[in-house]
Amino acid sequence: MEALDILLTASFWVAAIRIASPLIFATMGELICERAGVLNLGIEGIMTAGAFAGWFTVYAGGDLWTGVLVAALAGAMFGLLHATLTVPLGLSQHVVGIGVTLLATSLTYFTYRLALPEVTSPPKIEPFQPLPIPGLSDIPVVGPALFNQTPLTYLAFLTVALTAWVLYRTPLGLAIRAAGENPSAVEAQGISVTAIRMGAVMAGSALMAVGGAFLTMSAFNSFFFEMINGRGWICIALVVFGSWRPGKALIGAILFAAFDAYQVRLQQLSGGVVPYQIFLMMPYALSILALILVARRATYPKALMVPYQKGER
Amino acid sequence: MPQRPHPAASPPPSPQGGGEGAAPPVLRLSGVTKRFGPLLANDAISFELARGEVVALLGENGAGKTTLMNILFGHYVADEGAVEVFGKPLPPGDPRAALEAGIGMVHQHFTLAENMTVLENIALGTQGFLNWKLDRIGARERIEKLSWEFGLAVDPAARVASLSVGERQRVEILKALYRDARILILDEPTAVLTPAETDALFATLKLLVGQGLSIIFISHKLNEVMSVSDRVLVLRSGRLAGERVTAGTSRSELAALMVGQEVVSPPVPPPEPGQLQLVLNAVSTARRGAGVTLDRISLSLRGGEITGLAGVSGNGQAALAALISGVEAPASGEIIVRGNLAKNWSPRAALSAGIGRIPEDRHAVGTIGDMSVTENVIAERYRTSRFSRRGFLDWRAARKFAEEIIADYDVKCPSPEARIRLLSGGNMQKLILGRALDSAPSVILANQPTRGLDVGAVGYVHGKLLEARARGAAILLISEDLEEILALSDRIIVMSKGRLSAASPRGERTVAQLGALMAGHDMEAA
Repeated sequence: MEALDILLTASFWVAAIRIASPLIFATMGELICERAGVLNLGIEGIMTAGAFAGWFTVYAGGDLWTGVLVAALAGAMFGLLHATLTVPLGLSQHVVGIGVTLLATSLTYFTYRLALPEVTSPPKIEPFQPLPIPGLSDIPVVGPALFNQTPLTYLAFLTVALTAWVLYRTPLGLAIRAAGENPSAVEAQGISVTAIRMGAVMAGSALMAVGGAFLTMSAFNSFFFEMINGRGWICIALVVFGSWRPGKALIGAILFAAFDAYQVRLQQLSGGVVPYQIFLMMPYALSILALILVARRATYPKALMVPYQKGER
Repeated sequence: MPQRPHPAASPPPSPQGGGEGAAPPVLRLSGVTKRFGPLLANDAISFELARGEVVALLGENGAGKTTLMNILFGHYVADEGAVEVFGKPLPPGDPRAALEAGIGMVHQHFTLAENMTVLENIALGTQGFLNWKLDRIGARERIEKLSWEFGLAVDPAARVASLSVGERQRVEILKALYRDARILILDEPTAVLTPAETDALFATLKLLVGQGLSIIFISHKLNEVMSVSDRVLVLRSGRLAGERVTAGTSRSELAALMVGQEVVSPPVPPPEPGQLQLVLNAVSTARRGAGVTLDRISLSLRGGEITGLAGVSGNGQAALAALISGVEAPASGEIIVRGNLAKNWSPRAALSAGIGRIPEDRHAVGTIGDMSVTENVIAERYRTSRFSRRGFLDWRAARKFAEEIIADYDVKCPSPEARIRLLSGGNMQKLILGRALDSAPSVILANQPTRGLDVGAVGYVHGKLLEARARGAAILLISEDLEEILALSDRIIVMSKGRLSAASPRGERTVAQLGALMAGHDMEAA
C-alpha cells in the first residue's frame, strides 16, 4: 500500500514535527492561560504579531535569537492588554479575546505596510537552519524527524517539559492551577489572584508569539498576510484535546501535524481524482472526531472564564 | 537550601494557666463598621480575644458575623475601625498580612482547589515562587505531624475532589495550623457535619486551645455555642447585642438576645383531615445518574395534614421531590390529583395542579441569583394573565406583587429591583414561601424548608406551614431534622433506599423505631 508506506518515510515525520512546532508553542501558551482561568482567544492575532515581530527584527538587522525575544515581548504586551481587560476589570473573555485577535492582526498588517510600503513580494531573511544532534540524528526515521530540526523545534519540546515542570512541580505552578480551579483558595492563602492570572496570560501570550515567529523564522523565511491561517484556533482545540495537560496536548499537536503532513502526500498520490479540498479538510474533520472521542470526559478548570473580584458578595 | 514551611509568627509565650484577665489580648477590634450600599452590615463592633479562649460569635443569618470575620481576614476592608493582633495594627484588606499575623480562617464555603491534592492545597502559598521545586517531603512530614497531633486524619496525597465534607474541613483547619495560626476563625463549621464529625471537631478544638490557640467560633446553633465556648458575643442586625460568659447564661437568654425577643415555638392544634389532594400509586422513576430512584412508592396526602418524611439524606428524597414538583415524570405507576389521573406530568402540570414548591436548595434551584426579586417572585407564574398580556410582561403588576410579598412576609431587602443573591438565606426563603403560598396551593411540597436558617426564621417558616395546614392545604414536609419532623407532622413516613414505610400517626413510633426505619431495617414489616 503506497498510502501506508508514506508513514514509514523519514521526510513525512520531518514534516510532521516541523508543522507541529508552532502549534506546540502556542498550545502551551494557551494551556498556561487557561490553567490560570483565562481563555485567551487573542491567540490567533498574537501569533500573527509574533510572526511579524520576529521576522522584521531579523530583516532590520537583528540576529535570529533577538528576533525570537522581540516576538516574545510583543506577545507579552498583547497579553498584558488582554489580561488588564479580563482580570482586574473582569470583562468578557470571549469579547476581549476576539478584540485582541482583530487588533493584533490589523496592527501587524498596518505596521508591515508602513515599514515596507514599496515591496511587492515579501523580502526574505536567512532563517534558522537544521542543527543535527551528533549521533542521535543518524538513527533511521527517528533521527531526522526529531534530531535534525532547527533549534526552535528543540525549544518547543523543551517548552513542554518546562511547562509541565512548572505547573506540577513548583510552588508557582500550584498557584496557577489553583487560580484556574478556585481563585478564592488562592486568595485565602495570601496570594494575589490578579497577579497570578496576569502573569500567566502574559507568559502564555509570549509563547504564542514565539509559535508565530517559528513560521517566519524557521518553517519559512518571510512574512505573508494570513499566514497563521487558523493555527491559533487549532491550538485552542488542542488544549481541550489534551485535557489541559502539557504531555497530552503535545501528543495532540503532533497528531494533528501528522494528519496535515499526510494529507499533502495523499493529494499527490490521488492523482487529481479526488478534489484536493477533501484532503485539506481531513485534519480538521479528524480533530473534531478526536475531540468528540477524547474531550467529552475532560475535566476543565472549574474557574475557567469566571472573573474573580476580591471582596465581592 | 531545603525549604522550611513558612516561619512561625508565634507570639512570645505567655505563662500557662495565668488568669485570663491578666494576659494581654491576642486580638482587639475597635469600632469596626462596614456598609454594603445602604445595608449596615457591621455597626461599630469592638471586642477582645484572650489567649486560649473560645469566643462564640452568635447571631441570626444576616446579623453580620461572616462579614466581620471577612474584615478580620482581609477579604473586605472596613469602612471604619481598626484591628490589632498581638498589639500590632493589622493592615486592612490584605489576607497575606492576616495570615502572617497568625490568623487562620476556616471559611463556611471551603476555599480548596478540588483538582489538587490535600498536600498541594495546604502548601499553596507557603513556599516562595522562585523555588524551582515544591518541597513535598517537608510539607508532607509537617502535615502528618499536625494531623496526628490534633486528630485531623486525612491523607495528604488524596485529591480534594474525592474527600467527604468532613475531611475537607479538616484540610481547611490543617491549612491554618500549617501556617502557625494563633487565632483560628471557624465560620459555621458544623453546618455541614454529621453529629459524629461534629464531636471530633470539638475534640480537636479542645486540643488546639490546650496549645494556647484562641478560637472564634461562628454559629447560630445555641446548643453548640453552649457546649464549646467560654464566652459568647451576640450579634443582631450588625450590632453587638450582648456579651455573656457561657457558664453564666442559658440557651433561652441567648436566643432572646439573638432575635431581640423571647422565642416561642408555635402551638400545633389537632389536625382536621380533609380530602385526598394528591395520591401517588406505585410510582417508580427511571435511573438518572447515580441518584437513588423511587421504587413503587405509594403516598396519599390529605388536606389539613402535615405529612413528615424522615430519612437520611440521599435515600430518594431528591427523586420524590423532583417527581412531585414535576421535574421528573414517573416511569411507571400513577399520579392522581384530587381524583383525576394526571397525564403528561411536567413542572407546569404540577403548578397548575396547585402544587406549591419550596425547593431544597434555595440558591441553585429556588432562585436565580442574578435576577431581581421581582423577576424571581413571578418566575413560576409569569405566563398567567395576572403578569403578562399578549406575550408582554406587565412589570407594574409584577412589581406590585413583589412589594406585597416583601411586606406580607417581612422580607428585608433593599428594593424589588435588588438582585436576589444579595439577600440573606432567611429572607430568600421568606420570598420563596411568599411565592409558593400566595396562590393558596392545595398541596405544598416543603423540602428542607428550614435548612441553614436561624432560630427566628425557622419559627417563621413553621408558623407559615401551620397556617397553610389550618387553611386546608396538604403538606409534605421532607426534612433530615428529626426534631422538626416530630414537632410538625401529623403523620410520619420514613424513606429508605427509595422506598417508603407505612405512615404512623403523631407520637406512635418512638425515635428509636424511626431511627431503625431510617437505617433501612424492617422496611417490609413496618
